[in-house]
Amino acid sequence: MYVADSRAGTPKTSAAASAESAARPRAGRRRAAVAPTVLALGTVSLITDVSSEMVTAVLPLYLVAGLGLSPLGFGLLDGIYNGFSALVRLVGGHLADRGGGRHKWVAGAGYALSAACKPLLLVAPSLTPIGLILAADRTGKGLRTAPRDALISLSSTPETRGRAFGVHRAMDTAGALFGPLVAFLILRTTVDGYDAVFTVSFCVAVVGVLVLVLFVPGGSGTRGGSGAGAGSGAGAGSGARTGSGTGTGAGSEAEARSGTGAGSETKARSGGRADEAAVETGLDAAAETGPDAAVETGPDAAVETVVDTAAPADRGKAAPRPTLRAALALLGRRDLRRITVCALLLGLATVSDSFVYLLLQRRLGVPDRWFALLPLGTAAAFLLLAVPLGRLADRTGRWRVFLAGHGALLLAYGLLLSSWHGSALPYAVLVLHGAFYAATDGVLMAAASDSVPRELRSSGLALVQTGQALARFACSLGFGAAWTAWGDRTALTASAVALACCALFSFRLRPTPPEGLA
Amino acid sequence: MTLRTRILVLVSALVALAGVATASVLHASARADRRNQARPGGPRITAGTVALTGDGGRMVFRNMAWGPHRDELVTVPASDPSGPRTASGVKCLRFYAASGTGVCLQAVHGPVQDTYRAVVLDARLKERARYDVPGIPSRARVSPSGRYASWTAFVGGDSYAGTNFSTRAAVVDTRTGKLTPSLEAYRVVKDGRNYHAADVNFWGVTFAADDRTFYATLATGGKTYLVRGDLRTRTVTTLRTNVECPSLSPDGTRVAFKKRVEGLPKDAPWHLYVLDLRTMRETPLAEPRSVDDQAVWRDDHTLVYALPGDYGADLYAVPSDGTGAPRRISTAAVSPAYID
Repeated sequence: MYVADSRAGTPKTSAAASAESAARPRAGRRRAAVAPTVLALGTVSLITDVSSEMVTAVLPLYLVAGLGLSPLGFGLLDGIYNGFSALVRLVGGHLADRGGGRHKWVAGAGYALSAACKPLLLVAPSLTPIGLILAADRTGKGLRTAPRDALISLSSTPETRGRAFGVHRAMDTAGALFGPLVAFLILRTTVDGYDAVFTVSFCVAVVGVLVLVLFVPGGSGTRGGSGAGAGSGAGAGSGARTGSGTGTGAGSEAEARSGTGAGSETKARSGGRADEAAVETGLDAAAETGPDAAVETGPDAAVETVVDTAAPADRGKAAPRPTLRAALALLGRRDLRRITVCALLLGLATVSDSFVYLLLQRRLGVPDRWFALLPLGTAAAFLLLAVPLGRLADRTGRWRVFLAGHGALLLAYGLLLSSWHGSALPYAVLVLHGAFYAATDGVLMAAASDSVPRELRSSGLALVQTGQALARFACSLGFGAAWTAWGDRTALTASAVALACCALFSFRLRPTPPEGLA
Repeated sequence: MTLRTRILVLVSALVALAGVATASVLHASARADRRNQARPGGPRITAGTVALTGDGGRMVFRNMAWGPHRDELVTVPASDPSGPRTASGVKCLRFYAASGTGVCLQAVHGPVQDTYRAVVLDARLKERARYDVPGIPSRARVSPSGRYASWTAFVGGDSYAGTNFSTRAAVVDTRTGKLTPSLEAYRVVKDGRNYHAADVNFWGVTFAADDRTFYATLATGGKTYLVRGDLRTRTVTTLRTNVECPSLSPDGTRVAFKKRVEGLPKDAPWHLYVLDLRTMRETPLAEPRSVDDQAVWRDDHTLVYALPGDYGADLYAVPSDGTGAPRRISTAAVSPAYID
């Protein structure tokens, strides 16, 4: 961070910078095509993920060894909370759309809430308060995901949206890999240093919030009302300048993988150092370009103008006001309805990560000590493939890549069911699993963005994402039940068949026009 | 705000936050020094020889008192459990022993992350075998003959801000070295029928004297069960619900366990009970506090268990027939094993 900072500090006048980046989106120069806002948001997610994964990584140890608790059976709360979390996400999406330009602040409130939870862990003596704190932490996550994804989609051109989401997801995942590493380094240099881990995690989270507040442009309602509206020429009536919002957060964050039922929603734990480079450049870029994006007349406006045309359904009509009714009416749009239906159907056949790892272990006899590393494999593949697959989605069509991602998942199921027991099998399954996330997570958001008017972007994306998350949750409940009734192999075969059918159906439905026409 | 102001704000915040973070890490690392100093009034501890057989009635346990022998296995006369301790130099998180075989669950401090292992010890605490443990160690037991050893570990925590845990209970035949990494490999017979479920978890194994029968906790579908297991047919059969961490009495007729009792706080929900295996009648013990431990039978009439204390945990004893009152027998101690 310090490195990035000092570089950012090296003078480059902000006027020059803004002129440069203003030129970027239109000029379509390759290197510049990722909007500064996206990099800034990626940086925020990266930092925040370092913070939250630090806590996640040491929490079991803290509960068992630090507090001497038996945490078994506590997971039940998770199931109930999944429903609440979905609700929070919808609320976050809607709030961000209302009044225009509140995305940044709704997202900021979410980040701040999660940050505030970290020091509370220091004083919580037992499971019940810890459970409440974790619930609050996740509420913050639910709130922020939608507006954040909306900001990403609104600050990138339709032609590069897949890549923008890919870049964001890659940065986010890098943070998730980096966090546990930091946490265990602290534990290593201290004795029972859980308090230090929580304190450092809090400090890191505050940095994330600060980066958001300082370097993510747009958002302030006041500004949105006046100047910007003019700038973008978009905000018909509503005066919403940034107006986007997303609701969903498909992403990289856990809710996408949601429902877990038994095990855990895995998000990669410890590990990788791979990403120092990514971290550095990410910060760097954000620090350099971030601020100017906020310049009132800046690049944003230009971007948004372009973006606006992305929702063809809107052209010529008055933009819908971001009311609750309008948000619900989104489902009346054929494109979005089809995307939601497909996401839901495919979600119903997506076995949760924890089951995949459990199956992998059972089928292949992965030794126990490697078990904790399995999610790392998925995350590493996700990290590496997110950008390339995002770009591919931009070029060849998002829906195609999204479906191909499910094909990868199907292939992973097939490998798990096959009688091949080669030593490369776990790697193959994990790479396919990571590819599945890389091809679906941000890509779905990019695809959905095309069908939602910017004034309702948050709500619309939240809708798609929530549908998907709930479907996956239902799937994990169903899968657990099927496992109990028929055994793991039959349950997985049933899921594979269901997934193939849903994918076929979705392929025929083809909810979005082939890209390039857009 | 201009770019310069913004960067200035960020840099000053970074400096302040880095200061806080560094201070907290330094504070936590200074703890090491404090813990290596013996506390005044603590038990007297001297280095010496600790054996798992012989010399008539001793208790071996993990010493938690601060000082140079913190976390080492120590021994005291069973008749004077709060007396001076003899330290072995062997560090364990959890421990148990019987008939000259010990099992010691240890943390291995790796460069990045702690891992854990189970070490099978001979009567002179020499290592006979070691096995990887997949998570944070929780329970340890050795069969009365010393042939079989078992341990339970918590595995999990890879969910985002999640608290889903699973457990693995392993059994090893110390004579052949054959390890069953998880009892989940056993056939489960529940209510008379074969049972499969993804959410099956086992913990808290206790062995009978025949080196074939064992008891353990099985959890599935939000309930816990007492199961009787058979090491030869590799089968477990459910006997009763709401039984955790069973501990078989030396005469093999009763099981002490912790039971989840209605109306207690969610994080301290257990009371100690003894179940008569013939009549299936259960008796509450006189300990009013919630106990989260797999109790140990000192003899056929007395149970010993740990409760949280100033230096981690203290040991208490209570009669097994529900009479009397709990009595603290040793401070800063956990994982006791009685050596004849």
